[in-house]
Amino acid sequence: MIGKLDYLHETPSQTAGPYVHIGLIPHQAGFDIYENPFGHVVAGRNTAGEHIRIEGRVLDGLGAPCRDILLEIWQANAAGRYNHPADQQSDKGLDASFRGWGRSGTDFDTGLYTFETIKPGPVIGRRGYKPMAPHVNIWLAARGINIGLATRMYFEDEAALNEQDPVLRMIEPPIRRQTLLARRDKRDDGIVYVFDIRLQGDQETVFFDV
Amino acid sequence: MVPQNEFIQRDRGQHPPALTPDYKTSVFRSPRLPLWSLQNSLSELTGPVFGHGELGPLDHDLILNYAKSGEPIGERIIVHGRVMDENGRGVPNALVEVWQANAGGRYRHKNDTYLAPIDPNFGGCGRMITDETGAYAFRTVKPGAYPFRNHVNSWRPAHIHFSLSGSGFAQRLITQMYFEGDPLIPMDSILGTIPDPAARQRLVAPLDLNAAVPIDSLAYRFDIVLRGTRSTLFENKLHGN
Repeated sequence: MIGKLDYLHETPSQTAGPYVHIGLIPHQAGFDIYENPFGHVVAGRNTAGEHIRIEGRVLDGLGAPCRDILLEIWQANAAGRYNHPADQQSDKGLDASFRGWGRSGTDFDTGLYTFETIKPGPVIGRRGYKPMAPHVNIWLAARGINIGLATRMYFEDEAALNEQDPVLRMIEPPIRRQTLLARRDKRDDGIVYVFDIRLQGDQETVFFDV
Repeated sequence: MVPQNEFIQRDRGQHPPALTPDYKTSVFRSPRLPLWSLQNSLSELTGPVFGHGELGPLDHDLILNYAKSGEPIGERIIVHGRVMDENGRGVPNALVEVWQANAGGRYRHKNDTYLAPIDPNFGGCGRMITDETGAYAFRTVKPGAYPFRNHVNSWRPAHIHFSLSGSGFAQRLITQMYFEGDPLIPMDSILGTIPDPAARQRLVAPLDLNAAVPIDSLAYRFDIVLRGTRSTLFENKLHGN
């Protein structure tokens, strides 16, 4: 008998279901329970960097906005460093006021999700590759989604850096890279990046197997 | 534990595919194009860090964390287990969040209109951070089964939803835990999205009488495995720094 590998199997995923809000953002479910709930405000007033709002919708295969999606974002700070011990980019400072993570639910009426955050800086790439253009990592879960979907949002106004980005460059055909670009919009209350996610259809967003 | 290495490739065969027509909502919400395989960068390897101090003392006690005029109705249970990685090591400081229906099968949620009543003393959610060995535990009442609109007569077996955040964003996982002996388990369209029967079984928590509190609460054990990191034997380091 040959030797045996004793790795464990990852626990299987299951849909987050229609009531994901109860567990992760109870206020949207209709009640408050935690003294310190997690939410969509990622950057505080003192956080360094350009303060922005990210907003968008998540569209299903018929083009209808999904009003029960849970999204989480994870991003580097304005210098391009993650607030995590594995990020050893010692030439970039940490921002104590910035974890870089938040969660938001698409609105039950409008279908919009929003995050209040800052624009991240570029992050070092894998060895031998160019730095990664500023981007926000997005993970989403909901009813009808059997395993969480991972994607990235890039900034349309960073064309030069996007052109060199090792992840965007990999995606074929190039037209699909457009699905990861957020549109910059200047509004009365500040800078908004609009990023719609299409689960299915002609312009299906690029999702990653990370 | 801080991962210094990349995560082991996810074995998609352990998970449900995106499109599972028997669970009808997946039909319009499933990506149809292949996922782009992405070798880990810092963006996947890192993830939010949570501190024990961010949580309240009752956050992991669903019997008390929403108690108003008394305690919730239902069968008192403890659910406990260990969060490990695929290498069998405990994952410390993982954020574990749970939510569930009350004993009658009703959720405290504005969109749930099932006729079973809301329990005024039950919120239905809790959260905790694993200790240095990866262990977690919470106390609750056993959720009830409830109908859902998939087929005309579709019922969900009793279950608790689990959300897990490990050390890296690529480990992010949401799943559901079921209870040993529930006769609805074999008919469930949601559990049935997982093709491998052995994988389905791993979501069924056994009764753990040894962890019960005599004259107080029964207990169930649910161990959870998140992705592990690969050993770096002769590879280049991941980062340039």
